[in-house]
Amino acid sequence: MDHGKKKNAPLRTAGLLANKCTRRSFLKGVSIAAAAGSAGLVTGGCGSVASSEEAKLKWQEFFKKNYRLMTQEEKNATVERLERLAKLQRGLDIQMSNQAPINNVLYGYAFNVTRCKGYMDCVAACVKENNLDRRTKTQYIRIFELDPGKLDPTSGDGKYFHEVPVQDKFYMGVQCFHCENAPCIRACPTKATWREPDGIVVVDYDWCIGCRYCLAACPYWGRRFNWGNPVVPKEEINTKQHYLGNRMRWKGVMEKCTFCIQRTRQGKLPACADACPTGSRVFGNLLDPDSEIRFVLQNKKVFRFKEDLNTDPKFWYFMD
Amino acid sequence: MTTEPKKGHVAFVSDCIRWFLAGGLVFKIYLATLLIVMGVGVYAYGRQFQEGLMITGMSDIISWGLYISNFTFFVGVAAAAVMLILPAYVYKDKDFHAVVIIGEGVAVGALVMCLLFITVDMGGPIKLWHMIPGIGLFNWPSSILTWDVLVLSGYLALNGLVPLYILYSYYHEREPVGWKYQPFVFLSIFWAIAIHMVTAFLYQGLPARPFWDNPLLGPRFLASAFAAGPAVIMMVFIAIKEKTNFPIDTNIFFKLKRIIVVAAVINLVMLFSELFKEFYTFTHHSLAAQYLYFGLEGHDSLVPWIWTAIALNVLGTLLFAFDPTKCNPRYLMVAAISLFTGIWIEKGFGLIIPGFVPSPMGEVVDYTPSSLEILITLGVLATGMLVVTLLIKPALVILLRYTERHPEQEKVGS
Repeated sequence: MDHGKKKNAPLRTAGLLANKCTRRSFLKGVSIAAAAGSAGLVTGGCGSVASSEEAKLKWQEFFKKNYRLMTQEEKNATVERLERLAKLQRGLDIQMSNQAPINNVLYGYAFNVTRCKGYMDCVAACVKENNLDRRTKTQYIRIFELDPGKLDPTSGDGKYFHEVPVQDKFYMGVQCFHCENAPCIRACPTKATWREPDGIVVVDYDWCIGCRYCLAACPYWGRRFNWGNPVVPKEEINTKQHYLGNRMRWKGVMEKCTFCIQRTRQGKLPACADACPTGSRVFGNLLDPDSEIRFVLQNKKVFRFKEDLNTDPKFWYFMD
Repeated sequence: MTTEPKKGHVAFVSDCIRWFLAGGLVFKIYLATLLIVMGVGVYAYGRQFQEGLMITGMSDIISWGLYISNFTFFVGVAAAAVMLILPAYVYKDKDFHAVVIIGEGVAVGALVMCLLFITVDMGGPIKLWHMIPGIGLFNWPSSILTWDVLVLSGYLALNGLVPLYILYSYYHEREPVGWKYQPFVFLSIFWAIAIHMVTAFLYQGLPARPFWDNPLLGPRFLASAFAAGPAVIMMVFIAIKEKTNFPIDTNIFFKLKRIIVVAAVINLVMLFSELFKEFYTFTHHSLAAQYLYFGLEGHDSLVPWIWTAIALNVLGTLLFAFDPTKCNPRYLMVAAISLFTGIWIEKGFGLIIPGFVPSPMGEVVDYTPSSLEILITLGVLATGMLVVTLLIKPALVILLRYTERHPEQEKVGS
C-alpha cells in the first residue's frame, strides 16, 4: 500500500481528489470479509500499470465540466471513466447510466397520511438502493410519528424506535420535495444543483464545492452532506447506478433524494414507493392524465408542506 | 535602519520586509507566537483535509459553525474601515487622514481572515475553481454567495491597492496624485456598505430560517460592525501609541469614541426591537430566539454565551459613553475589548447557530466546536493578525519618514 502511495506522489493533485480514503474504506470492507489474499491481488497485484491508469483517470475527472455543459460524448466518456475507476479502486463492476429525461414526463409524488403505519420499509429500501452511508446512518427519508390534531412533522417524533403502529398516532414521511421554485438551486454558487426537465432536482457531485448554502436554504431539510467519506460494504453496493443518482459519493459533497433517478427513468417506481407495504406512496407522471398520481390529485383532499414559502413542491400529502 | 531614499519596486519590497521584521525581543516573541499558532492551524487543517469536515462539531442540522460565524463577524470589521475613510477623505478630517492607512490595513487583514474562513469551511476546497467565471460556472446573479465573493474580493482590491499606491508614492518622496486614487476611495465607501449588506442578505434571503429571515438583519449588521470594527481599530491605535514612536493624536480617540458610541447605541436599540418582536407575541418562528436566550427542550449551550455577550455589549457601550478618564488608553482598551468581545459572540455564533435550531423539521440539537476546529480558527485569526502587522509596520515607517522629510506638510497626506 505504501509503495503504491509513493508512486502516486508526483500526481498529487489528482490524488487529492478525495479518492484516497474511498480506497482505504474499500480495503476495510475487504478485510471485514477476511479475504486478505484477494486484497493483495486487487491492490498490489496490478502494480504500477493500474496505479498510473488510475491517476490518469482521476486527473481527467478533476478537470471535466459541469454535467449540464457536457456533450453526449463527454457524458459517455466520464461514465466510462467512473466505471473503470470503480473497478480499479474497489474491484467493482458497476453499470453507470447517464440516461436523459424522458419526454413529456414530469414526476410527482403523493403520500397517504392515513395509510402509512410507520414501518419504515421505505427508509431501508432507500438506504440500500441509493448506497447511503452506513457509518453515519444517512437517510433521505424520515418518518415522523404525530399526535392526532397535529398535521405538522415539526411537532412529531422523527426518532421513534418502537413497535408500530401505535394506537392514536399517525405517520408522515418527508424527503426532498423536488420543488419547482427550489431555494436550494437558487442558492448554489456554482450551479452544481438544478432541476431536470422531468422535475427531479439533482446534484452534480463532481461539481459541488461543499459550501452547504443549499442545505441552509432548504426549508424541508431535504439535503445531506458527506462530513466524511461514506462507507458502504462492498457486497452491499448497488451497482446499477446513475451519474446524477446513486453513484458513490465521497467526503465534502452534498447529496439528496433523486426520486431514484436510476430507476424512474427506466419506468420503474422509486425504491421507497416499491417497498411500501401499505400502499401509502403514489408516484407517477403528472403529465399523464390516466396516472394514479393524477387521480389522487383530482379526487383526494391534498395539501403540501409549508406551502406559504412558495416553493411549489412536487410532493403532496393526502388522506383517505 | 537606513533612511537614505532608494527607488524602485525591489527596494520598496525589501525595505518593507526589513521594516516588518525589525523590532525588539517582545516583537520577536509576538511574531514567533503567531507563527506557532498558524503552524498548529495548518496541521489541524491537514487533518480536516484528509478526513473531511467530520472532525468538526458540525452536523446536518447545524451545518455552519465556528468558521462561518467568524467569517460573518470579520466582514463587519473589514467594513468598519469606512468609518475612518469617510471622515478622512470626504470631510477632509486631518486627524483621521493621518491614520486612515492603518484602518485600511486592518480591513485587509480582516478580509484575508474572511476568505480563509470561507475556504476552510468548504467541503471541496480544491474545486473552488468551479466558481471562477469562464473556466467554471458562476451562478450570478441568482446566488447571493456569488455576490458576496464579488464584493469581498473587490473590497480587498480597493483596500489593498489604494494604500499601496499612497505608500509607494511616499516612499519615492512624491505626493500621491489625487485623481489617481480618490475615485477608488469614494467607491470603497459604498463598497464597504455593500460587503456587509450582501453578507447579511446571505442569511436574510432564506425563508427556510425564520431567525435570519428578518429585514433588520442587514442594518443591524452595519450598526454592530461600525461599533465593533472601530473598537478593533482603536485597539490597534492604542498598541501603536504604546509600542512605537508613531504619533497618534488624542483627538482621534475622541472622534473614534464618538463613532463607537453612536453605532453601539443604535445596535442596542435594534437588539431591543428584535427581542420585542420575538418575545411579545411568541410564535412558532420565535423558537430559535427561545433556544438562544433561554434554551429549548433542555438544550441551552448558547444561553450563557448570549447573556455574557449582551452584558459585555451594554458594558462596553456605557464605558465609551461615559468616559471619566477623558480617553485614557488603558480605559479605552478595556472598553474596546468588552464591546468587541460582546459583538463577536453575538454576531458570530450567537447569530449563525440559532439559525439552524430548531431544524426545519423541528429538531433541537447543540453544537460544540471540536478542538481541531478551534485550532483551525485560531490559525486563521493568527494569520489575520500577521497580515495586519505585516502591512502596518512598514506603512508607519514610510509615513513617519515622509513627515520628517517634509516638515512643511502639516500632517501626512493633507
